[in-house]
Amino acid sequence: MQFRRISFPASALLSIVAIFLYFNHGLNFGIDFIGGTLMEVQDKSGTADLAKMRTTLGGLGLGDVQLQQFGTPADVLIRIPQQPGGEEAQQQAVAKVRAALGAEVDYRRVEVVGPRVSGELLALGTVGLLLAIVAILIYLWFRFEWQFALGAMIANVHDLVLTVGYMSLAQIDFDLSSIAALLTILGYSLNDTVVIYDRIREMLRRYKKISTPELLNISINSTLSRSIITHLTVTLALLALLFFGGHAIHSFTATMIFGVVLVGTYTSVFIAAPILIYLGVRTSGVETEAAAAPARA
Amino acid sequence: MLYFSRWKTAGILLTAFVVCLFAVPNFLPDRVVQSLPKWAQRQVVLGLDLQGGSHILLEVDTNAVRREKAQTLLDDVRRLLREARIQYTGLVIRGDTVEVRITRESDWEPARKKLNELSQPLGGLLSATGGRNVDITQSGGLIQLTTTQPALIERVRQAVEQSIQIIERRVNELGTVEPSIARQGVDRVLVQVPGLQDPARLKELLGKTAKLTFRLVDQSMSPEQVSQGRVPPDSELLQGPAKEGKPTYLIEKRIMVSGEDLTDAQPGFDQRTSEPIVTFRFNTNGARRFGRVTQENVGKPFAIVLDNEVISAPVIREPILGGSGQISGSFTVEQANDLAILLRAGALPAPLTIIEERTVGAGLGQDSIEKGKRASYFGFALVAVFMLLVYGLFGLFANIAVAINVAMIFGVLSLLNATLTLPGIIGIVLTVGIAVDSNVLIYERIREEVRTGRSAISAIDAGFTRALATILDSNITTFIAAAVLFFVGTGPVRGFAVTLGIGIITTVFTAFELTRLIVSTWVRWARPQQVAIS
Repeated sequence: MQFRRISFPASALLSIVAIFLYFNHGLNFGIDFIGGTLMEVQDKSGTADLAKMRTTLGGLGLGDVQLQQFGTPADVLIRIPQQPGGEEAQQQAVAKVRAALGAEVDYRRVEVVGPRVSGELLALGTVGLLLAIVAILIYLWFRFEWQFALGAMIANVHDLVLTVGYMSLAQIDFDLSSIAALLTILGYSLNDTVVIYDRIREMLRRYKKISTPELLNISINSTLSRSIITHLTVTLALLALLFFGGHAIHSFTATMIFGVVLVGTYTSVFIAAPILIYLGVRTSGVETEAAAAPARA
Repeated sequence: MLYFSRWKTAGILLTAFVVCLFAVPNFLPDRVVQSLPKWAQRQVVLGLDLQGGSHILLEVDTNAVRREKAQTLLDDVRRLLREARIQYTGLVIRGDTVEVRITRESDWEPARKKLNELSQPLGGLLSATGGRNVDITQSGGLIQLTTTQPALIERVRQAVEQSIQIIERRVNELGTVEPSIARQGVDRVLVQVPGLQDPARLKELLGKTAKLTFRLVDQSMSPEQVSQGRVPPDSELLQGPAKEGKPTYLIEKRIMVSGEDLTDAQPGFDQRTSEPIVTFRFNTNGARRFGRVTQENVGKPFAIVLDNEVISAPVIREPILGGSGQISGSFTVEQANDLAILLRAGALPAPLTIIEERTVGAGLGQDSIEKGKRASYFGFALVAVFMLLVYGLFGLFANIAVAINVAMIFGVLSLLNATLTLPGIIGIVLTVGIAVDSNVLIYERIREEVRTGRSAISAIDAGFTRALATILDSNITTFIAAAVLFFVGTGPVRGFAVTLGIGIITTVFTAFELTRLIVSTWVRWARPQQVAIS
């Protein structure tokens, strides 16, 4: 349990860095949350002339139109910022681009999100994340002691903060699927924490004489092989998605790998468990849990 | 924990088998599926991101509905006061309120009485509350009539309902496979059309209010006078089609016949010029009025106005008494076609605005399916090999459980007629990675119990018992996250939440019940003295 003297300050520092990144570097919000248009086109000739396309689209007066090549040389991603002038202006922008590019390209995907919908999606996403955190907190409080619930919560907010920091650093498109990624990270990271907590709770009932740090050590060690094996299987599944799933889900899986594999594992062992020392899990935990023990056996 | 009654064994196997069976229609050719009984035909629906298609979210312009409501109220006030021969000034609209000033003091009371006719009790469920559709207040000669909030809400509701019906009729005319049209929230309509590559025509069809009116052209003024800006109060300036250089017409506001009286409209060709035209037919009421107007106005131009644009203003050559006619306006074949569709479907009660559009081409959808499949196979293979390497025979048990797990996920998805999206496929692959976690928890626990010196059977028994609470706790937390995602997410993301959530439930079943059954059967058959899980 000595590692907490390193892990706690390290995590605090990283969290501060992540928050700093969030406010200074910013998130690369996708059209889901800031509105605008996203078009995925494929040049029918096999190679897209990016420079030419840029001039063509730049001359349409649609503001800062971004073009990005991805996948094969023929695939281009076009991002058009939200147009002033309400909902209809967005549709007109798409019509203009379609007219300018003509029949030379194949429109693989067109997404237009108006100002009203983007505002709502952002609000809904934020509320959703908070709601999930609160719901899980209540569940854990109900199943464990409040110290566990609080410890898990601190650990997981820490996970989310670091993941958001990573998304800011890597400038990953932050859209609805990012909210899905964050919620999944929240779920899985807790999954891991709960497994360790479950063991700690069991140990607390069984060994009343051992000091808390030592007890936490035993608990972590006895669940460590499980943690490693589980994370390897999840990583394998995620790697398959990352390498074979294609461009569309690339940022989603990258975020998941960072959140679940790197942060989630670290947090359960190095943050969630030792934080119980400070939250004083012994004082109220032992009695009630011991009383509840027969019911569980 | 390792003892299963015969009934329980049968129950577990039957559940797994039946649920898996529901997944089968997805892998059968369409012809075979058609021949199955109805209840067995349920299949997983591919999301628009996988099969390609358009997702369009429309918003009904509720402000227009309110404005129209106020305008109708104003017209009613004018009509009633005229009928009662009451003089008034300053008849205006202020928001949802209509104001009128009665000139003579002796008319104040009669006017109030007359206008009271406009305030009706609200119908339907609201009638019990004693609410009325219009509130009337009077101070001296000033009478204010305000449409009440419940009446406005009811009107908006009606407008959205009507819009949905009309959108349905218009979209169905496109002849695409299974379009879905659903109300969202108070004033929104979600239109999803699978397989639609270019939604331009759909948007064109949805973007028009299609309010058709037949009105006389006001010839009391020359174009010169009009261009100086003097427009008679009962007429308005409207423009013709852009194709003809947007000529300006002075059109009477009074509507002679409107599109509501149409019973049919069909595209066709003019017999003489062979230009595309739209022929239409009126109902009895419309036919009578159309006949009368054309009879009284032979030699004068008669304007056909669609959404405030003059399509054409032909001169009436002879009375048209048959109740049918034609519109020619230098259309292309497609335009004539679309106009006929719009006229048949009827006018929208209020304009629609597209506030969200997501279209995926069939090519990208097919690519996504291919990539999703490949990622799933590799993901499953990697995890399966890994489990075999780590746990040997017990790894095989886990792999069997996971395979059945995935089949069950498909079964449940089919049973619910759920939509499978690309994120949904991710959810399944992740479930594979996570599902084995429950097995890992159990196996690791068994290893631990063996280390404490227990016998094989007792260790296995203890492993399952002790791991259960952990499996439940850890899966419920993930399930909560999935449930929240289901309510927050839309479209593809919701698909992810669905497969993740279903995956968690099937995982708890397969890991705990099915694996336990397999292991217990194995224990009884092999009677191991020691368990070597490796």
